Amino acid sequence: MIGIVVDIVSWVLILTGSAFAIIGGVGMIRLPDFYTRMHGAGITDTLGAGLILAGLAVQAGFTLATVKLLLILVFLLYTSPTSSYALANSAYTGGLQPWLGKKEDGSSKSS
Amino acid sequence: MAAVLHAISLGLVLFATWLLLSGFFEPLLITFGVATCVIVVWIARRMDLVDHEGHPIHLGPRIFVYWLWLIGEIVKSNIDVAKRIIDPRLPIKPTLFWTKASQQSELGQVIYANSITLTPGTISVRVADGSVLVHALSAESAAGIAQGDMDRRVSALKCGGPD
Amino acid sequence: MFVAATLAILITMALALTRALLGPTIYDRVLAVNAFGTKTVLLIAVLGFLTGRPDFLDISLVYALINFIGTIAVLKFLKFGDLGTPGSENSEADD
Repeated sequence: MIGIVVDIVSWVLILTGSAFAIIGGVGMIRLPDFYTRMHGAGITDTLGAGLILAGLAVQAGFTLATVKLLLILVFLLYTSPTSSYALANSAYTGGLQPWLGKKEDGSSKSS
Repeated sequence: MAAVLHAISLGLVLFATWLLLSGFFEPLLITFGVATCVIVVWIARRMDLVDHEGHPIHLGPRIFVYWLWLIGEIVKSNIDVAKRIIDPRLPIKPTLFWTKASQQSELGQVIYANSITLTPGTISVRVADGSVLVHALSAESAAGIAQGDMDRRVSALKCGGPD
Repeated sequence: MFVAATLAILITMALALTRALLGPTIYDRVLAVNAFGTKTVLLIAVLGFLTGRPDFLDISLVYALINFIGTIAVLKFLKFGDLGTPGSENSEADD
């Protein structure tokens, strides 16, 4: 009985996570410019990875494997914003201008 | 005194991580593990990394409350951004704007900028002079940052004075 | 169930690889490779469960850290053209 509940919970978590991962990948293809594509990659990095790892942790139960899965998630959540910031910052200082819709306005404060 | 406290706390965290990752509990191997942790703490102190920025124990339990709130925000904005991506009309309106980071310390500003990046729909592009340059995917997510709820919550963590 | 997750991750990796090939800027490629690396971490973890060998989690853990360092190293190389440059805060504010 408990086994079925555990299976269903981890099924739902893993499948939702997979769906979010694919949506993020689609976003990386569909969105129009570099800065908006970063939002797509952000989806796969946070909720996609989080839900898949949570589903695996539910499947593993209270073992060392669960601790390792949580550590992987913590490392991902610490490193992904740092590398995203480094990437966005180097693109910005490298002079890549964001696509801001149809109209042309320099809404960015010059630095 | 504070430096010793930081070093001891770092050593304990390292040893807990070592135990959980290795799964060894024999006396000889545990001795090796303790020796490794001591060496790592010594190297980290030589590199001047063991301070309130590298190992912020002074945040205490407040940071966990903040993390719970942040996870809720991440889930909400993830669903919003995912809807925008799979919508055939692609209803996005990217904006780039400066917002104020009212945190006193650099650590607080780092936590704020990383929280902005972790929440899909907003990315911090640059941090300078107490403000953050934010790229937002839609007008709604831009308004969510400009409204300043996250800024207040990070400030309430009291990450220490200016440094 | 693990097969479904593996397939979904592989599809996402293919999408990221497409973006890496399409470009157009170098930053798009770095972003795509970074996302590809994150998906590799997940793929290794799921494969460990699929084949019933949880030891794979250690590899996945190490890969998560190496992927981060790799991205930072590529970005630093892009910026300075050299990995040995001590990147101070001033050099970032100047350009």
